[in-house]
Amino acid sequence: MFSFLDRERTIASPGYTRWLIPPAALCVHLCIGQTYAFSVFNLPMTKLIGITRSAPGDWKLTELGWIFSIAIFFLGASAAVLGRWVEEGGPRRAMFTAALCFGGGFLVAALGVSIHRLWIVYLGYGVLGGIGLGLGYISPVSTLIRWFPDRPGMATGMAIMGFGGAAFIAAPLSVWLMAKFSTPIHIGVAETFFVIGLIYFCFMVVGAAIVRIPAPDWAPAGYTPPAQPRRLVTTQHVYVYDALKTPQFWLIWWILCLNVTAGIGVLGQASAMSQEMFKGRITAVAASGLVGLFSLFNMAGRFFWSSISDYIGRKSTYFVFFALGTALYATVPYAGAIGSVALFVLCYAVIFSMYGGGFATVPAYLRDMFGTRYVGAIHGLLLTAWSMAGIFGPVLVNYIREYNVTHGVAKAQAYNSTMYIMAGLLIIGFICNVFVKDVHSRFHMRAVEADAEVEAAPVFGER
Amino acid sequence: MADDPKPQGYGIKLALAWSFVGIPLAWGIVQTLINALKAFQ
Repeated sequence: MFSFLDRERTIASPGYTRWLIPPAALCVHLCIGQTYAFSVFNLPMTKLIGITRSAPGDWKLTELGWIFSIAIFFLGASAAVLGRWVEEGGPRRAMFTAALCFGGGFLVAALGVSIHRLWIVYLGYGVLGGIGLGLGYISPVSTLIRWFPDRPGMATGMAIMGFGGAAFIAAPLSVWLMAKFSTPIHIGVAETFFVIGLIYFCFMVVGAAIVRIPAPDWAPAGYTPPAQPRRLVTTQHVYVYDALKTPQFWLIWWILCLNVTAGIGVLGQASAMSQEMFKGRITAVAASGLVGLFSLFNMAGRFFWSSISDYIGRKSTYFVFFALGTALYATVPYAGAIGSVALFVLCYAVIFSMYGGGFATVPAYLRDMFGTRYVGAIHGLLLTAWSMAGIFGPVLVNYIREYNVTHGVAKAQAYNSTMYIMAGLLIIGFICNVFVKDVHSRFHMRAVEADAEVEAAPVFGER
Repeated sequence: MADDPKPQGYGIKLALAWSFVGIPLAWGIVQTLINALKAFQ
């Protein structure tokens, strides 16, 4: 019944244009990136009974915060656990399953809201939606890399840019739908979940329908694969679980974790930080505008930096992130001291572009190290670094600020030490990047394995 | 097998596919910019 999802059914016919693959990937990433905008539902969900204000029995913000946390946890867990299934089942099966989970998660959450059972919302958006997030995030990665062997950074950057840009669509759409479904005696969260779940399911299914994998002997016109492996760009393949045994995997894990920790830590605090550092000059409204501006740089950086990495190399790109990032984090306190809003905004804009760039460049870095065969699955395992950074970054920023304020440091200077610590984290990331070398040949798949179809790859426990 | 440098018959499909993802994204970016500009007024 579902044979149209089979990997064999997705092999492109001769002449198929590879430029249809990025929109297929964007169909998925523009939906699952909605998770960045989930907070627009938080406040309305605290007033589902009281309508105008929270009443006894209404959910609390602290309880609602767990929905996002559970979803992010299941994103990392499902990407890590199901990565090999995604690789071997093909992108269409993975995208369709992601659509079922993500769209279905909204429908289950809608039921939870309508009968006011929070655990059903956790189960729906958190668990089911989170699994959809993880599957959807990694599903187009290896396909894009195979279609764009000449520009893998640009190709994966386009998809991951969609993840960064999804909130721009989701936030106004959600607010508009809630306004449409709300009445003086009812808040239309459940109806919004229901409609948005159906919209996202349909949108993601279009991506699954478009996506194709290239024929095994396909190559872009004019592209000649390098006969000899270039330094730090392998022509071999590493089996997904063998990658875990290499120092390169763990070095890149820390590179991603540190880059994200630094970025995510200040991302959530950008509004409060700008208002406290420039008291009276940046209002709450202006700060929200700044956050929107920074989010645009976050999105654009995903495409810009990953595309640049195709020319200067992945290792050099991360050197730029860490060296320039260190300088910029260290400059932020100076911008506050001299009262330069322009310098502050410039520093943050570049920092957020590199935060997004770090996410978008890492699949190509993995491809360079471990080959294309299991790059999607290896990428899935690496996303645990994101989950870790998502916990460390905000905790670090909030805790240090709180410590400084309670110890008498003025609010305007309360973030200075945080900025220096973030700069320090980036120096550690720089050192990790220095140690990234080519993967030892003992980890490469044997020729017979590498030439075999993916379906013939060893099963769990065989290696 | 090399990629056809000018794949035939894909022009409309390409335009539809890119519009399908590009229009919502452009709409979202414009909304964000409008809000950002309002904030600075």
